[in-house]
Amino acid sequence: MKKKKRLRRTFREIRKNWACYAMLAPFMIFFILFTVIPVVMSLPVAFTDFNMAQKPEFVGLSNFRTLFLSDKVFMGSVRVTIVFALLTGPVSYVLCFLLAWLINGMPRRLRTFFTLIFYIPSLASVYTVWQLIFSGDMNGYLNAFLIDLGVINSPVQWLTDGRYVLGVTIAVQLWISLGAGFLALRAGFQNIDPALYEAGAIEGMQNRRQELIYIVIPSMGPQLMFAAVMQIVSSFTAGTIAQNLVGFPSTDYKAHTIMTHAYDYGWVRYEMGYASAICMMLFIAMFILSRLIAKGIRRITE
Amino acid sequence: MAADIKKLRASNRQAGRKKSGTAAAFVFLAVLGAFMVFPIYLTLVMSVKPVEELFVFPPKLYAIRPTLDNFRDMFVAVRRNRVPFSRYLFNSVFVTVSVTAAQCVFSSMAAFVLAKCRFPGSRVINGVIVASLLYQSSVIYIMLYMVMARLHMIDTPLALILPAAASPLGVFLMRQSVSQLPDAMLDAAKVDGAGLFRICWQIVIPNQKPAFMTVMIFAFQSAWNIQGGSVILHEQYKTLPAAVMQVSSSGMARAGAVMAASVFMLIPPVIVFILAQRSVIETMAHSGISE
Repeated sequence: MKKKKRLRRTFREIRKNWACYAMLAPFMIFFILFTVIPVVMSLPVAFTDFNMAQKPEFVGLSNFRTLFLSDKVFMGSVRVTIVFALLTGPVSYVLCFLLAWLINGMPRRLRTFFTLIFYIPSLASVYTVWQLIFSGDMNGYLNAFLIDLGVINSPVQWLTDGRYVLGVTIAVQLWISLGAGFLALRAGFQNIDPALYEAGAIEGMQNRRQELIYIVIPSMGPQLMFAAVMQIVSSFTAGTIAQNLVGFPSTDYKAHTIMTHAYDYGWVRYEMGYASAICMMLFIAMFILSRLIAKGIRRITE
Repeated sequence: MAADIKKLRASNRQAGRKKSGTAAAFVFLAVLGAFMVFPIYLTLVMSVKPVEELFVFPPKLYAIRPTLDNFRDMFVAVRRNRVPFSRYLFNSVFVTVSVTAAQCVFSSMAAFVLAKCRFPGSRVINGVIVASLLYQSSVIYIMLYMVMARLHMIDTPLALILPAAASPLGVFLMRQSVSQLPDAMLDAAKVDGAGLFRICWQIVIPNQKPAFMTVMIFAFQSAWNIQGGSVILHEQYKTLPAAVMQVSSSGMARAGAVMAASVFMLIPPVIVFILAQRSVIETMAHSGISE
């Protein structure tokens, strides 16, 4: 009886707020169709064998068993992704923060200038120029430069030598990684009340390091979190850059990330079930990491 | 330059900071900035280098006799695909304009409702949008393809536009900004008998220019780079980035044309960003995720 009453009240609420739903509808229709449904669908598909042509066949945990027990390339790609994410994620995050902080100390016109300079690489996908820089012959800019300096005496195959491909993709990823997170931090600094700094100076703060620890970081928690989420997404799902730069598959799978592995099974071999299982693992890792970071940020900002 | 130094000193005095620190910061930013810009600079140089200078050793960091041949070359290289260059350009502009318009309108309305109205489901939707910030990437690409296949959208221009029409990032940024508006303003409008739709477009959005511009820039930026990859096979529906990719796969001798194409790709978003950068910074100040 009580339940029925509550249900009726909810219905009345819904009817009363019809205008809200109407205004939300255009966004929600596309959001549900092209984000929510694909996400929800990928869950059950991960437990099937599905090649897009025939009906999916339920295979239980078999995809995951293959993934962890016999797919050596996957295990390699996990290692590559971890190295890649550990190097690009935190480095780029710290870089975003440091640059935002330093830029904030500049006069206004310089601020605009520097913001643009650091943001340009992520504006459009123009990383093809790196192919010329890392080109394996003497005409590659890096090779020519190093030969000129006398560091090496014959050109290095940056894009095909297994020893270098991961390093090259990491460098390029770092180059394009100052995106929305960087802008958020830039704005976060600008948003801090100048009175706080004055108060700090009265309290006897001597240098910028103290300002940073006692004033800046505590008041930027939300921006720090936003930037972290952006950073996690970009460092874990990077794969297209590597594919375009060092080829697919890369030499000895040395730059083969989880994302490229999923691409391999999804688009090259049409094993959608298996590819979904791979993506699911990736998402779980990203989700756990973002929770951990949220916890960490709460600790340092409170 | 002298004026800038003077300003630096003034801003430092204001904050009571040491001169040496700011100078060091400036040097650091300038050096790192030079590294960041170098590839962009190289793109520009390569785009005006004549072909015979491409294979000079050691490679020069400037063009001896700059030329616009590469830009002409780019048009020619693309035209060989049986589809004129203007067609790719038209497709790209068409996709960019529709996606940007859709995102701005949809995000504004959704963000306003989510920030200022309480109704059954609003909290859940808010949560889902924040969570989906993690998803907005290639992780769901495969399933997305299947949804589009089911809707018979593959190989139509709709496949480029509709999936990009709703951006959780846009709604999120807009919502954070709208929620800073005082409720009193909206209540006054409600008393006057204005409906939600009118409040949104006549009161809220005109007050949210920075946020609106930010959503626009991000939408523009992502739409301009839409490639279509595996969802578009018809040559006449492909966009500029797809055409650039095709040129770039034709080898080193075409390097100049590829760089010309890159410059072509880079200029529109850079201009849009410069024009709107103040607004962006203002909006991003509210962008935080608080739990």
